[in-house]
Amino acid sequence: MNCDVCQTNQATVFLTQIVDGKMQKVNLCEACSKEKGVTDPTGFALADLLLGLGAAQEMERGGTVQKCPTCGFTQADFKKTGRLGCGACYQTFSDGLAALLKGMHKGTEHIGKVPARALQSIERETQMRSLQRDLRKAVAAEDYESAAQLRDQLKQFDVR
Amino acid sequence: MALHNILTSSGDWMRGDGPHHQIVVSSRVRLARNLRNFAFPGWAKKNERLQILETIKPQVELLPEMSDAFSVYSQDLSALEKQVLVERHLISREHAAKGMGSAVVMNRRQTLSIMINEEDHLRMQAIRSGLQLKSVFKMIDKVDSLLEERLDFAFSPQLGYLTACPTNVGTGMRASAMVHLPALVMSEQINQVIQAVNKIGLAVRGLYGEGTEALGNLFQVSNQTTLGEKEEDIIARLHKVIEQIIEHEQNARQLLLQKKPNTLLDHIGRGYGILQHAYSMNSKEALNLLSFMKLGIDLGFFPEPCRQPVDELFMETQPAHLQKGTAQKLAADERDSLRAEIIRAKLGAFPKPSVGTPGPDQAAGNP
Ligand SMILES: [Zn+2]
Ligand SMILES: [Zn+2]
Repeated sequence: MNCDVCQTNQATVFLTQIVDGKMQKVNLCEACSKEKGVTDPTGFALADLLLGLGAAQEMERGGTVQKCPTCGFTQADFKKTGRLGCGACYQTFSDGLAALLKGMHKGTEHIGKVPARALQSIERETQMRSLQRDLRKAVAAEDYESAAQLRDQLKQFDVR
Repeated sequence: MALHNILTSSGDWMRGDGPHHQIVVSSRVRLARNLRNFAFPGWAKKNERLQILETIKPQVELLPEMSDAFSVYSQDLSALEKQVLVERHLISREHAAKGMGSAVVMNRRQTLSIMINEEDHLRMQAIRSGLQLKSVFKMIDKVDSLLEERLDFAFSPQLGYLTACPTNVGTGMRASAMVHLPALVMSEQINQVIQAVNKIGLAVRGLYGEGTEALGNLFQVSNQTTLGEKEEDIIARLHKVIEQIIEHEQNARQLLLQKKPNTLLDHIGRGYGILQHAYSMNSKEALNLLSFMKLGIDLGFFPEPCRQPVDELFMETQPAHLQKGTAQKLAADERDSLRAEIIRAKLGAFPKPSVGTPGPDQAAGNP
């Protein structure tokens, strides 16, 4: 049996892992198991490897975008490394990643910690959108006094 | 603070005094974070990596926990020093391979270590002795909250913390415990336990050794998934499973004592004899025999003061730790001699195991 990574050497290390009932099998040669850090359980490497081998194909199937406009990372690069280029890649390749993430995690949405900074900006955006909505309403109703007040409030958002 | 000073003292987590420390060696939580608007380390060009490094490193050094920190660029560490840090679980093997553009910052107590530009811009970990995942998580969570006040992390409301590898996205958290399970291995129940734990989305694997081999009967249990579950829930789930593993191991020990006392004592007695009298020992043999000594102490065959020297030997007999005192690199056979010498010196004064008079092993199928 050939190694799943290099496809050339004879596989000598066989791994099986079950993640939420989904069986993952990987066969590796000595060199690749060393290189991929299979012998180093302190790393994230083993889980990455087990989940990563089929990942590139899965992503290709789902996505149409080939290249991240922010960092220039391509699907071919993902196939090579199993890693993404930048945070924006998640947006760029979101179609292809969706199926992949669904297969490897418990859920598809983050419900854990949110950085205070992100919390603030999310709140700010919600507030701004609601002010803009009120402004449109006020203008439509020709309530120019309220509209002026709302414009002032929105201006303050820009400064902050 | 010099690396030398750090390495001459053993880390807090190696002192072995946490809850359930007989079976749970240590608890560790690692968080992966990246800066917004920068490429991940593996894709960033050298200049960008240096810029990331110089943005993060001063902020890490400002943390109150890091007031007496050891902080160093990767290119300023020798290969041996890096390997020592790997053996202490303070940096990953992957990080040890990095040069210019990466760094590591760790506190004096060696409970907190932050790798900069590993696979992600930040890999921060807290580690403590025994089973204390909750307090270890609290510690690293606090560090994360302090850093995010000054650093803008890549975060998406839907996907959470964005990481170079999709397997870490969401919480970016990997929590793990190192457990010593000699009785489950001896009674051949370990595979059952591993399979049961795998089924609920947690991973178990040998700490040392390849494939399914677990040298020293040491295993690492960790969460496998990072998206779709809260940090606290992951930690609680892992904690519960480890408590169950402890119970299984304790039951297996009692069963061995009752049903196969001679098999058990034979392992411990041989471990004691060989460790005290060997003149050449590779690291695999050392780990396996030390594991039986540790079990012997847990079961009261050796007095309690024997515990610390044995725990220390697990670390001191690792290849890089062996060589950190020697001037030049040792060949494998020289390492084996030195290892045996260090072990003899430490265990020389140990009393014989006090075993009383055990009865014969019961035949299988005869309860
Ligand atoms: Zn290969
Ligand atoms: Zn990108």
